[in-house]
Amino acid sequence: MAGERILIAKVGLDGHDRGIKVVARILRDAGYEVIYTGLFQTPATVAAAAVDEDVDAIGLSMLSGAHMTLAPLVVQETRARGSEIPVILGGIVPAADLEPLRTAGIAAVLTPGATAEQIVNEVRGVLDRAAAGR
Amino acid sequence: MATNREIWQRAYDGSPKRDVDHQTMSGIPLDAVYGTDGSEYPGVYPYTRGPYASMYQSKLWTMRMFAGFGTAEDTNWRFKEIIKAGGTGLSTAFDMPTLLGIDSDDPMALGEVGRCGVAIDTLADMADLYAGIDLGEITTSMTINSPAAVIFAMFVAQAEQAGTPRARLGGTLQNDILKEYQAQKEFVFPPRQSMRLVRDTIAFTAAEMPRWHSISISGYHIREAGSTAVEELAFTLANGFAYVELALQAGLDVDAFAPRLSFFFNAHIDFFEEIAKYRAARRIWARWMKERYGATDAKSMQLRFHCQTAGVSLTAQQPEVNIVRTAIEALAGVLGGAQSLHTNSMDEALALPTEKSARIALRTQQVIGFETNVAHVADPLGGSYYVEALTEEMERQAEALFAELDEMGGGSMLEGAIRGIEENWFQGKIADSAFELEKRLNSGRRITVGVNAFTEGNDEDQMELLAITDEDELRQRKRLDQVRHDRDQQAVDAALARVAADARDPQVNLMPALIDAVKAYATLGEIMGTMEHEFGRHVEVPVI
Repeated sequence: MAGERILIAKVGLDGHDRGIKVVARILRDAGYEVIYTGLFQTPATVAAAAVDEDVDAIGLSMLSGAHMTLAPLVVQETRARGSEIPVILGGIVPAADLEPLRTAGIAAVLTPGATAEQIVNEVRGVLDRAAAGR
Repeated sequence: MATNREIWQRAYDGSPKRDVDHQTMSGIPLDAVYGTDGSEYPGVYPYTRGPYASMYQSKLWTMRMFAGFGTAEDTNWRFKEIIKAGGTGLSTAFDMPTLLGIDSDDPMALGEVGRCGVAIDTLADMADLYAGIDLGEITTSMTINSPAAVIFAMFVAQAEQAGTPRARLGGTLQNDILKEYQAQKEFVFPPRQSMRLVRDTIAFTAAEMPRWHSISISGYHIREAGSTAVEELAFTLANGFAYVELALQAGLDVDAFAPRLSFFFNAHIDFFEEIAKYRAARRIWARWMKERYGATDAKSMQLRFHCQTAGVSLTAQQPEVNIVRTAIEALAGVLGGAQSLHTNSMDEALALPTEKSARIALRTQQVIGFETNVAHVADPLGGSYYVEALTEEMERQAEALFAELDEMGGGSMLEGAIRGIEENWFQGKIADSAFELEKRLNSGRRITVGVNAFTEGNDEDQMELLAITDEDELRQRKRLDQVRHDRDQQAVDAALARVAADARDPQVNLMPALIDAVKAYATLGEIMGTMEHEFGRHVEVPVI
């Protein structure tokens, strides 16, 4: 994983940043280089930053209920820039939304109660699948 | 000299009493409070045991359920259901675009309209929100911060249009901007400019609205963002001191505004620590108000608080168990002497609550209030070796944090609070505490039932959740279009020009210009945009 980089982002108006900060530290402790966009990003700014920084994955944290609108847009904006960077979503996501999110191209969804180990494993899995697909 | 007990007795005798059987279920008669001649008493300085001598003997806490979703009409309907179910106060949750002062048709609002609360764009929405509710009777709380002055202007304007003069309005504006930068992160303007708006609302209510609480100084969000109980206690009170200094700087007399300050704390799952926290908060506030800020009116020294059970303690796994957590947390709030209480619903780790789950949450308060007899005796844990020791230790640790802030501010808690934000002092401490707790959960040193232990049953059927559809967003945008179409644009332009002019002059109170602007049906986004042009925008440099 040496040198693997993950962009973590808050899109939309959601100010809840406890989770994303904890996840940032968990990923950093696991050896990843973590870049945090800060609050109030748009799908376009996140996609542009991810492509510019040439990251290996994008992690979104959403707790405001806007994930069904905004998370797929991040995937679209990223693909529109010719990039296949996988997008992982974490936050309050009802079970009924999981399948539509997968269909919309979200690589993995992490929900409340996920342990550090589960987060790290899930991210590893996504990165490995992305590498295998290239 | 009168003993504490005698001072208490006089105040108690003069207080109104509820008509209830003041005894245990076996018929043992109960005193209103227990103590010795020299011990502390409720209603007696430093108010550790409660702000009032009679506490729940006079009046149970206000069962104030926080609600808001979809459009103003949807939420108005839920408000009326709450009143019908026995709720005794209203509390309004606004959606993210409203919290950030943008209109429902702003591109940034996409997907967020009505999701986390009710969408309010103009005075027309505000009128729908409280339609058919007598605002001179029921008190109303509004959880709004960056755009608080504008939303408050809408509230006052709609009440007056509906026939209730502003002097009769009772309730609370959250209006606590400092904790936005520290924890909740719904900020718009830079801290110093935001504080000017807070000053204007304090001065306006002090002059014109005797029943209104101009700020609810909130530790709730600080705790939810990951702080410890001690940090919640210390940061919240420190913010309170900052607002006091702000109003003093504006030339107000401390006793003219301090009685209208109120607090909002979290009720988390560590039962006794929470109770000690409320007791320590009251004692610290009384002492600081008297000794540091020279208050002489007892009301300025009496800390009154709303509390809410801890959203962050709820689990998505086995959500029914959340009813139990909420009951325990609510009991801590009541034993700690809360003046008003919101209980979370079991489904809130997953979505906004359904009507049924919100009703169970209210019923939880009613069980505590009417079945358990815990409200019969004020501060029932006062005198417990454990609770008294914990109260003193939390007080000591909070004082150590105040000393750091006071030094950071060069002898000013107001400057200390602002520098602490600018230098990420608060934000760093909160993030550190959140990560520490996460590590303890991950190592299994701390147990959360259904999450890292006792997980059998996690795979059972999903519960039914409240769904907010895109239709609400479309409906709200159409409504906003209609208001823009129907209004007198020249009047809007003139009103916004006055807002800009008043914003440029820091000596002027912005409230009159804001009330005029909302009456002309200027939108929230237009008014906030006008002020942003003058004030600038806050950009956080995050620490991870």
